[in-house]
Order: sequence, then C-alpha cells, then structure tokens
Amino acid sequence: MKLIFERGAAGRGCSILPACDVPEVGLRAGKRERELRLPSLSETEINRHYSELEQQVYGVNSGFYPLGSCTMKYNPKINEAAASLPGFAGLHPLQPEHTAQGALELLAGAEKALCEITGMDRMSFQPAAGAHGEFTGLLLIKAYHKKRGEGEKRTKILVPDSAHGTNPASAAMAGFTVVNIPSGPDGCVDLSKLREAAGEDTAGLMLTNPNTVGLFDRNILEITGIVHEAGGLCYYDGANLNAVMGIVRPGDMGFDVVHLNLHKTFSTPHGGGGPGSGPVGCKGFLAPFLPGEMAAEREDGSYGFEIPPETVGAVRSFCGNFLVVVKAYAYILSLGADGIPEAAENAVLNANYMKKKLEKAYRMAYPGTCMHEFVMDLSELKERTGVSALDIAKGLLDGGVHPPTMYFPLIVHEALMFEPTETESRETLDGAAELLLELFRKAQEKPEELHEAPQGAPVKRLDEVQAARKPVLRYSYDS
Amino acid sequence: MGSYIPNTEQERKEMLEAAGFSDFRELYESVPEEIRLKDGLSLPPGQAELAVRRTMEGLAGKNRVFSHIFRGAGSYHHYIPAIVDEIASREKFVTAYTPYQAEISQGILQSIFEYQTMICELTGMEVSNASVYDGASAAAEAAAMCVGKKRKTVLVSGAANPRVRKVMETYCFGNGSLYLEIPQKDGLTDPEQLSALLSEETACVYVEQPSFFGCIEDLENLSRLVHEAGAKFIAGCNPMALALLKTPGECGADIAVGEGQPLGIPMGFGGPYLGYMAASKEMFRKLPGRMVGQTVDKDGKRGFVLTLQAREQHIRREKAGSNICSNEALCAMRAAVYLAAMGAEGLKEAAGQCAAKAHYLQKALEEAGLSPEYPSEFFHEFVTVSDIPSETILKALEEQGILGGLPLDGRRILWCATEMNTREEMDQTASVVKEVTGA
Amino acid sequence: MNYPEELFYSASHEWVKTEGDCVWIGITDFAQDALGDLVYVNLPEVGDEVTAGEVFADVESVKAVSDIYSPVTGTVAEINEDLLDAPETINQSPYEAWFVKIEGVTDQEELLSAGQYRAMAEEQAGGV
Repeated sequence: MKLIFERGAAGRGCSILPACDVPEVGLRAGKRERELRLPSLSETEINRHYSELEQQVYGVNSGFYPLGSCTMKYNPKINEAAASLPGFAGLHPLQPEHTAQGALELLAGAEKALCEITGMDRMSFQPAAGAHGEFTGLLLIKAYHKKRGEGEKRTKILVPDSAHGTNPASAAMAGFTVVNIPSGPDGCVDLSKLREAAGEDTAGLMLTNPNTVGLFDRNILEITGIVHEAGGLCYYDGANLNAVMGIVRPGDMGFDVVHLNLHKTFSTPHGGGGPGSGPVGCKGFLAPFLPGEMAAEREDGSYGFEIPPETVGAVRSFCGNFLVVVKAYAYILSLGADGIPEAAENAVLNANYMKKKLEKAYRMAYPGTCMHEFVMDLSELKERTGVSALDIAKGLLDGGVHPPTMYFPLIVHEALMFEPTETESRETLDGAAELLLELFRKAQEKPEELHEAPQGAPVKRLDEVQAARKPVLRYSYDS
Repeated sequence: MGSYIPNTEQERKEMLEAAGFSDFRELYESVPEEIRLKDGLSLPPGQAELAVRRTMEGLAGKNRVFSHIFRGAGSYHHYIPAIVDEIASREKFVTAYTPYQAEISQGILQSIFEYQTMICELTGMEVSNASVYDGASAAAEAAAMCVGKKRKTVLVSGAANPRVRKVMETYCFGNGSLYLEIPQKDGLTDPEQLSALLSEETACVYVEQPSFFGCIEDLENLSRLVHEAGAKFIAGCNPMALALLKTPGECGADIAVGEGQPLGIPMGFGGPYLGYMAASKEMFRKLPGRMVGQTVDKDGKRGFVLTLQAREQHIRREKAGSNICSNEALCAMRAAVYLAAMGAEGLKEAAGQCAAKAHYLQKALEEAGLSPEYPSEFFHEFVTVSDIPSETILKALEEQGILGGLPLDGRRILWCATEMNTREEMDQTASVVKEVTGA
Repeated sequence: MNYPEELFYSASHEWVKTEGDCVWIGITDFAQDALGDLVYVNLPEVGDEVTAGEVFADVESVKAVSDIYSPVTGTVAEINEDLLDAPETINQSPYEAWFVKIEGVTDQEELLSAGQYRAMAEEQAGGV
C-alpha cells in the first residue's frame, strides 16, 4: 500500500480557506528555511487513501475482540452522537463558567455517579489515561505522607509481580522505589510476603482486583488491612472494574484511591490507542490533594470549577478529556443502577462460559471460577508441539478473531488472556471456542502451518528485529 | 436491556448451566459477603436511547457556543475541514485498540507512521513519537527525558503558558527534580535571567514559541545559551506557527513538543487534545510512548510495527522512562488528515491569515482604546492593557455574542485571532470595545 | 557453544578479559543465545563507576530487556560505541563485542575458568 507521501502530485490540493480579508503582514522574525513538505493531494485522493488504510484495520465490530485486560466492549453510538453535539464539542475550555453550565453539570454528574460506583468521595477527570491516573493517584499518596511529615520515610510502593507494567513505572515516575510482592501459587497476593514487605517505609500498595490472572482476591480485606496497619495507603488500579461494578466497590474493599479507565469499563472507544480517560477518585481525606480544575455545584445551584486547596498541581491542561467523559456519562445514564451490575455479571458469565469450553483441550493457568477474564498457559503445548502462544494468536487472525492478550501476565509462561466482555453473544463465544479447539488440534497435526500463520492478513509476520535494530521511523523524501 | 448485552434471560440461564453454575451469585463466590453491595447502586435506573439523547441535548443546550471567538491561551478556534471529521469518525479507526497485532493493524500503524513523518517535517526534528496526552504533559515528559544523575534542575520560561508550567512543576514534584522559573521580560523569556540561572545542575530549559503572551521568541539565541551551559533545550511550539517560523530543528532544539489541538481537533471544553513530541537523533531513544517503525514481512513486503518497545513500561516496568501506555492516536490521525487536507501551502495560508488578522485586531483595539502591553513582535495572540476593567469590556462583548480575550488580571487581556475571524466581526468587536472605553 | 580458554567468566554470564590494569567485559555465547536477537544495548558513560555484582548496562531484544552485571569494581575508561549501531555483533561474535573497558579495578568477584563456566552453562541448559 502506498504511503500518503507517495500519492498525488505537486500542485494538487484542496480548497479550504477563502482569501484573506485583511492586509497581509510580514513577520520580522526568522522564517523557516527548510521547505515544508506535506502531501499534495486532492480531496478524493485523501479520502481513498484513508479508505484503503481503513480496510487494513480490525475494529470492535470487525469481529470478536477478546483482548484481555482491555475490555473491548461495544462502543454505543449514542455516546458518539452526544460527544459530537456542538454544545459540547464547540466549547472553549476557558469560556466563562456561566456560559458552560451544562458541561460543568455533566462533569459534576459523572463525578457523582463514578464515586457511587467506586465508593469514593471525590474524583478528578484530569488524567487522560489509566497510566496517567496511576501517576496522579500516587502523587496524592506522596502529598499525604509529606503533609504528615513522613514523606522522607515512606518511599516504597508495593506492587504484586502480576501487575500491569504501568504500576511500577508510575511508582517510579512519582519518585517511589518499587517493591515487588510475589504471587502465591493461587495467583493471588501472598499474605505472608506482603506482611514481610509492609512496614514503616511503605507509602502504599497498588493492586487490581480482580487481578491480572482474572481472579478476585478473596483476602482483599486482609490485604488492605495489612497495608493500613503499616501506615500505607491502598491504590486500586481500575483496569478490571468491569467484572465487579455494581457488585462490590473498591472503597468497600479498603482502597483509598482509585483510577478508572473510561475507555475500558465505561464503553468509550480506544481510537487505535487513544484518547482514553483515567479519572482518579479518592476518599475524602485525600480530596484536598486532587489535581486540576474540578466541577462543583455551588450553593446557589450553579456550577463552577474549583481547585482543591492542597492540590498536587495539574497533570494536564484544563479539566481533562472532556468529550470522552461525555461518552462515558451517556453510557452510565443508559445502564443505570440496574444495567451496571448486569453488565458486570454477564462479562463474568461470558468468560466462564468460554473458559469451560476451552478447558477440554487447553490448560488454564488457574482452575476454577474466573472473573471477567481468564488466562491459558500454553507452555505444555509448546513443549510438546512447538506451537507457541504467538502461533495460536496468529492462527486466530486467519479465523477472523482478534487474538487475546499474549505473554501477559508475566507470571504465566506462554500466556493467552481472554476477556470476552458482556456485549458478545453466545454464538460468537461458541464460534471462537470452536476455532480455538480447531487450532489446538492443528497444533498436534500440522504445527508448521501455525508457524506460518497468518496467511490471509494483508501482510505476513513482520520482521520486528530489523525494525528495532535499524529503526526507520519516518518516510524519507530523499530516497 | 440497556446494557448492550445480546443474550436473552433464557440464554443466560443456559449458559450459566453449561458453565456449571446455578445462578449469577455463584460466579461471585470469591467476593466476601460483607463487602458486597446489599442494596445496589444509588443511581437512577437505566434509560432508553431517546431519553439519554434528550438528557444529553438538554445539558449541551445549557452551554453557549460562541460563534465569534477571540480567545486562545492554549485552545484555539481554527477551521476543521469536513474531511477531518469524516475520516476520524470511521468506525474501525474509532474502535480499534492499540495496534499490537501488526498483521491486522497495518492501517492504524501506517497512519501513525505518516503522522510521525509530518511532525518531523513541521518541527524540523528527526524522530517523532506516536503522541502523548496534550501539550502540557508533552513538555513535562520532555523535561523528564533530560533529567539525569548529575543534572536535576528544570528551568521553565515564565513566559510559557501557566497551565503547562503547572503540569511541569507537578511532574517535577513526582520525580524529585528541581523546578525553577526564568522570569519573563516584555512577554518573552529574559535571556539575562536565563544566563544567570543556568548551571552545571541544569538538565534542560523549556521555552514556548510563541510565548503565552503571543510574542515571538528568539529561539536560536536561547538555544545557544542553553547549549553553552551543557543543558538540553526544549521548544514548545504552536504547530500552526511552525508553518512560518524557524523550526525548533533549525534553532538547535534537542526536543520539540507542543499542543497539537490547532491541527483539526475541536476545542471540546479542553480535550481530548494531542501532545506531539519530536527529538533529535541523539535523544530519540528517550522519547516516551509508542513509535511505529517500517520493516518487511516474511515475503519482503513493506509493513509497519510498534517498535523500540523495550523502552516502554510493559517491558521495562519501574525502569521505563515513562509510564505512558494509551496515547491520543485518533487525535494524531485527525492532525495527519488535517495536514494532508491543508497541504503545505494551505497551512502557510492559515498561519499567515492568523498573523494578519491578529495584527488587524490589535490595531483596531488600539484605536478603540486598548494599548498593547508588550513591544515584542507577535504571531496570533497579544496582550492589551487599559484603565477600564477587563470584566467590563468582556461583558459588553459577551452581550453581543462575542467571546473576547482571556482576562489575565483586572486590566490586561490576552487576545487571539485566527483565520476564523472575519474583518467584519473584528470591526464589530472594536466598536463594542470603543463604546466601553469611550476612546 | 564457544568458551574461549583465555577468558574468565561470571556466574551471571559475563566474560572478562584482563590485560595489565585494564579489564574488558562482554556477555558470553551462552548468554547471547539465550537472549535471542539483540536490538539495542544501553551502555554506561565514560567516567562512570561500576561495582562488582551490580548492573552497569542492559541489552534489549524485541520483547525483553536484560540487565548486565559488572564482575569488577572500577571506572569506565571506554565504551564500545560500535555496539550502539550494530547490536547484532553481540549475537554474531560475542567475544569480540566487548561492552566496556574498565580501569582502576579495586575489587573483583570470584570468576570461573572456561571449564568451570562450561560445566555450569551446560547444566543450566539441560535444566531448562
């Protein structure tokens, strides 16, 4: 496929702007010397170029997308319609508050609903993604200890070894040292190891529950209790909230601060990598430290922005990815008190239903009831047949199914992690399970075919070693 | 019914049975009884689509959408060609995840590769990443790229956008580097104060082009001073201005960052926006986040992959330079389509019109009694000062449906004009102001 | 697998070559084979202090990063910049692809001979 720079011809273009109706000005400042090289294309050519690109993309509605840990649920169209209303999209972030009452009311309403769902007291929408939320939440923990005069002492964040990579990376960005807590053989936090690690230097613990192997840690109250007793705070990574929303709340599990991924749990689309939204919520005692501009209802019933009194600062300009919050709010209104737990229950049902079907052939990393996702361990299959998790994933591509998350969590070798979500029908789950069982048979009979998969995709397996050794990160006009 | 779940009650029952459960409660056997929600969520019941639409339209209707906007300060009112919205609304682009499975994600990967190329062209830098959250977090990430064992001080121009400064300060609070501001003079970074602050501990210096006050900085000179002290130079540039002005690459910047919102992204009350980041060849491995690289497949056919991933959090964990995972890919695509639709000539035309209209507006406001605060040359924003309270002026404009400049304090206003503003509306604005000032 | 007799080895799979006051450090054939295709190496800076038993560099493959430990304590006198542009040399000729040259060595781990290292490596390979 041609690059956009390889299309068109000099002199082509689109007619976008009318002629300038005021005199031109010549700037005295230094002008760019190097010629600005951008595509020269007619509108038809631009449109066709992106149509061609679009054909080589797999979206949520191209088929089943059971990407573990990513919650690829259906993205309702009413959300998109709401976010494109000029009354939201056309607002300047710094226009007077009395001219943006609807937007502020929406932010306040979304905050209230999400606090109810998480069991938190306040929530800031400033973080633009999950990892951004983690960083922000850790800054709250840092500010809390600093204010209590323990900032110098409490320098360690406890992170289970099954955690998302963002957890330790966020802790490091917030200036903490990371202490990895090994998981027990059941995939959950090893309580004795946690007790050993928790102490006077503990700033906090980061945990996702259900955890990354798809299990709800039944010792959760003991876990948060151990950390609190040591004087630390508990951070909830909301990546897996879809399994338990409306069923159990992080706040009731003993967590002090949480982030949510509106682009996972609350159905806003992923956009090929973003934008997302990673609001951070906390218990009342941490609320004075929240960042940024927060919408609040005033005594006279009007809405305005407030900056918390002891704020850690800001992690982004303005109030956050507002239009993403609009979409999530439309979703919350659609589901309501009844639909939210219903979505969670069915996400868990779909995962268990599919797991049951696959158990016949594949080895599960952790047996028993799972939450909204489950992890298969293909190390035995690989040893026996040479077919790896990667090969099975690539085989799925030829069957029209998006592969699950591969090689995560790190504590399971040859891991494939499936998260079907609640928005998939029984037939879809049946079809994908059939395909996976077929691939399992193929692994015994014709393993070489799986090494060569995919065959039907626009490209075959790509040389990632060359890409990394000799990076070509832009088109070169001169070649 | 409102949960977008396809399976019927009957089907769910059958599925539960097939999976070995008698009811939904059994699925949550591992959740301790004492913490389960007893009475459900205290939220209204789910609503049907039409009801949701009414609610959302009602909220949107409580906002005032100004059609005459003279306010910028980090969010800019530019024309968005129709094709940008059309392409960025295509379902697969909207709903795909990060392109981890390269074979079925070539469309997304190639679009990011094209975006990276355009950002390099615009900034004159050698390597661009696939985007970060916004211009402010891009600046903060850029500073973190420069902080090392010996050099831990981040100097930030006092003429930079205060919101960007605040974010940089917050990130410094996180990683423990020292945040200091260089005082501004005449709406610009004061080179003398900069020289006085530079030391062997200086990791980097961040300057904006144009400054928050709209003034055009002498980036070459500042870059030279910074490099003489052995520190890195980060230029935060308005991408529209780069169509005309000397690029950060030409000025010797080590890292160029900025807010990509002017490139086809709606103001949207503050987001989502687009943080662009580009670096020199020496610095590019420290760029945070995703990058797309070109390679070949087994048959030797050109293809694209996410590359240099061993820098990132999912592999390097606590040793990664940044924690970023999700970025602003769809906004980056908007920027690429925007730049393709405008073309080099169109972008220069838009930037030229911004400057021309801002200068026209400045003169008209001066005649209406608002004096320019700074003597420095400006691009499309400028500050006025007057004896009349800012609030009085802006209120009078608002009554006429005009969103005036941003009040900096009781007497000073930061104005912005773009290609969206017509001569007629600028004349009208000036006449409203004139009535207030009595000039 | 190749284990040159004239070199010494650490249990963490680095090789050490000593000439007068200078020490060169790289990673062994066994290590490069286990790590797979290497795509980048992060080296210290000239003048940095390295400590026996502590990390002084890392190597990247497409999907992993691995720490490299220093068997000696001393000062980095030179780094092999060729590796930055051609990390594949580590895979192709691991004993020529030295990472750093160390001077002023004040301490050293207990090192293995080629024979001892071979026995250890073969045991590890068999145990996987």
